[in-house]
Amino acid sequence: MSTPDMLSSEADLLYSEAEDDLRAAVRSLLADRCPPSAVLAEAERRRPYDPALWRSLAVEMGTAGLLVPDKLGGQGATAREAAVVLEELGRSVAPVPYLTSGVLAVSALLGCDTDEEQVARLLGALAEGRAVGALALPLSTAPGGAPPATVTAGADGALSGRIGGVAGAVGADVLLVPAEGPDGYGLYAVDIDAPGITGGGGGVTGGVTVEPLTSLDLTRPLAALHFAQAPARRLAGPDRARAAVGRALMAGAGLLASEQLGLAEWCLAETVRHTKERHQFGRPIGSFQALKHRMARLWLGLVSARAAARHAADALAADSLEVPIAVAVAQSYCARVAVHAAEECVQLHGGIGMTWEHPAHLYLKRAKSDEIALGTPGRHREALAGLVDLPAPVG
Amino acid sequence: MSTDTEQVTADGLRDRVRQLVAEHPVATTARLDFLRARFDAGLAWVHYPVGLGGLGAPRSLQSVVDAELGAAGAPDNDPRRIGIGLGMAAPTILGFGTDEQRTRLLRPLWTGEEVWCQLFSEPGAGSDLAALGTRAARDGDTWVIDGQKVWTSSAHLARWAILIARTDPDLPKHRGISYFICDMTDPGVEVRPLRQITGEAEFNEVFLTGVRIPDSRRLGEVGEGWKVAQTTLMNERVAIGGGRVPREGGMIGRIATVWRERPELRTHDLHQRLLGLWVEAEAARLAGERLRQQLAMGQPGPEGSAMKLAFARLNQEISGLEVELLGEEGLLYDDWTLRRPELVDFTGREAGYRYLRAKGNSIEGGTSEVLLNIVAERVLGLPSEPRTDKDLPWKDLPR
Repeated sequence: MSTPDMLSSEADLLYSEAEDDLRAAVRSLLADRCPPSAVLAEAERRRPYDPALWRSLAVEMGTAGLLVPDKLGGQGATAREAAVVLEELGRSVAPVPYLTSGVLAVSALLGCDTDEEQVARLLGALAEGRAVGALALPLSTAPGGAPPATVTAGADGALSGRIGGVAGAVGADVLLVPAEGPDGYGLYAVDIDAPGITGGGGGVTGGVTVEPLTSLDLTRPLAALHFAQAPARRLAGPDRARAAVGRALMAGAGLLASEQLGLAEWCLAETVRHTKERHQFGRPIGSFQALKHRMARLWLGLVSARAAARHAADALAADSLEVPIAVAVAQSYCARVAVHAAEECVQLHGGIGMTWEHPAHLYLKRAKSDEIALGTPGRHREALAGLVDLPAPVG
Repeated sequence: MSTDTEQVTADGLRDRVRQLVAEHPVATTARLDFLRARFDAGLAWVHYPVGLGGLGAPRSLQSVVDAELGAAGAPDNDPRRIGIGLGMAAPTILGFGTDEQRTRLLRPLWTGEEVWCQLFSEPGAGSDLAALGTRAARDGDTWVIDGQKVWTSSAHLARWAILIARTDPDLPKHRGISYFICDMTDPGVEVRPLRQITGEAEFNEVFLTGVRIPDSRRLGEVGEGWKVAQTTLMNERVAIGGGRVPREGGMIGRIATVWRERPELRTHDLHQRLLGLWVEAEAARLAGERLRQQLAMGQPGPEGSAMKLAFARLNQEISGLEVELLGEEGLLYDDWTLRRPELVDFTGREAGYRYLRAKGNSIEGGTSEVLLNIVAERVLGLPSEPRTDKDLPWKDLPR
């Protein structure tokens, strides 16, 4: 087998003018409303996300519906534009449910039958920012099909079971739950009637308990979901549900690379800024080659990371045959670049980089969580072994 | 043929190519005659001025000409063989040469009739090229050159060399250098092959003993040679950037093929490392493709230096892994015979050769360490290295 290249050679790896405009708008909003000090304060407030910021971003700027076609209430844009939004959100480790609602939940719904009224209605609500959704799977789930369901659906449609480590569930209005029903795998919607669960005790609503977990990443809280005869509506049955979940995981993993890119860019820029200002031994520490070369290497990683992330976004936008390879390359490469950049950011800041008050830790925690999110780099490399015909040894 | 430079369009170029091919049929015209006619028609490098092989057209239109001539089966000037002339000497002659120099030198340079080499590096001046010690002493209307140059590709084939030499040792190092064109057939020029770790002699040492260069073959003002050399070196980095590469197009394709064809060599450890390098090679390839798209859109960026750094490291790691993968065969080498290749192919020959040749990738055209400094200072804006030798007269530098 030779690897397919014809499609990748046509990929547009640049940013269009419209994409640059979108970036400028999102960046300006975040610079104003989501500086590092605000992110830390928000994390300490223990709210699932900043509702005012989310409203501006999702509703007023319309980013929540970028992936949703116009006729379903969205903006009719593509993964390329969503990727630009994620770059900016990564750059500011913004505590908003864009990846979990605007990408994962929306993509899962787009894989259902959008001619069905309940699917269209839900998509419209998410696209317009009237509701926040979450795909009820552990954030660590890798793409490559749908994982076995840990929740079962009864004949009456009520769900029972547990799902751990779900991102974006605290504060969500609706959960999209993969469950094994009487006639097979399905995707179910569970409404959470009392949004804004607060405190550490969790809440019980209609048979679902959303139990907040103490997560490594302070800006993307996780929860365990407990379903006890929770009433649910089936959105897709065995014919579509697996593909819908697989599609969502693939889009999420591919676009997460852009978040990682933006995050790494902030880490490098901040490290350069600090080392130009900080003097020791009578010189700015950024003039020492031992430090300079480390920052130059980070920049090299960013150059390739940007190309890989753009390639994945472009492939997803075109729904091309390249998607699985492009996503696996982007995710295995960008995850590592982001972690490396955040680790270097901490180290090259010296003592201040270890403190709670300096934002470097917010980035490190996001980068390390993102590395595990939607498949570790190793999982993606193993996927590539099959995709590009580099098989593992037998035995 | 018209030499009207106004509004050269892609269609206009296609017309010119058709006219060239009509007047000089590919099947019945000797290669060199065709290349000369192409140069005279302004289709050699369309962004060059009229009369010097070009039409003063945008550089991006060259691909139109190349595609048309390729389709017509026309011979090319074997650019890989004359890369130093095309990539370094030509832009410098164009930028700093007199009309007489440009007219005499550019046509045979482009057709490949006259090969060029570069006499810059010295045993005592590598990364710190401006410290060079080859002397150019004035004697009336000529300059007398004495010194030693090294790492000179194609010196044994070259008719001409671009040469930088010290004309004033009393000035600080950057200010006492002048730039010359050296006739490699002149008395006092001695070229010796320099054997490398691969066993072959791709480069040469060049000894210059009392070589007399007329002042009319100086490029730029006396003492301005460093500035002139910047043009040359800038173009070298552009030239090393490269064109479109398909997936698995470089060194990674060789090891991937071995992996697919030789299942008995596979181990889990090698598999993990191979996949890691495959991802890095693919990401670097995409970065190169992105850079190409930026250039095509007229948005040049600093990413070119990233490409050279990335490929140097990847070529070394991938070829090293391939030798290891081959195991027992990796203990063998194809041929240690001293050869003097005209062309260098980094992915050519066997894994052992590739492994050894790749060691040069992080040294030639700027060491990776120097390039990292350049990225840090020029791209990231970090403070520069302390330069204690900047204002000292060259003759007083410690050495």
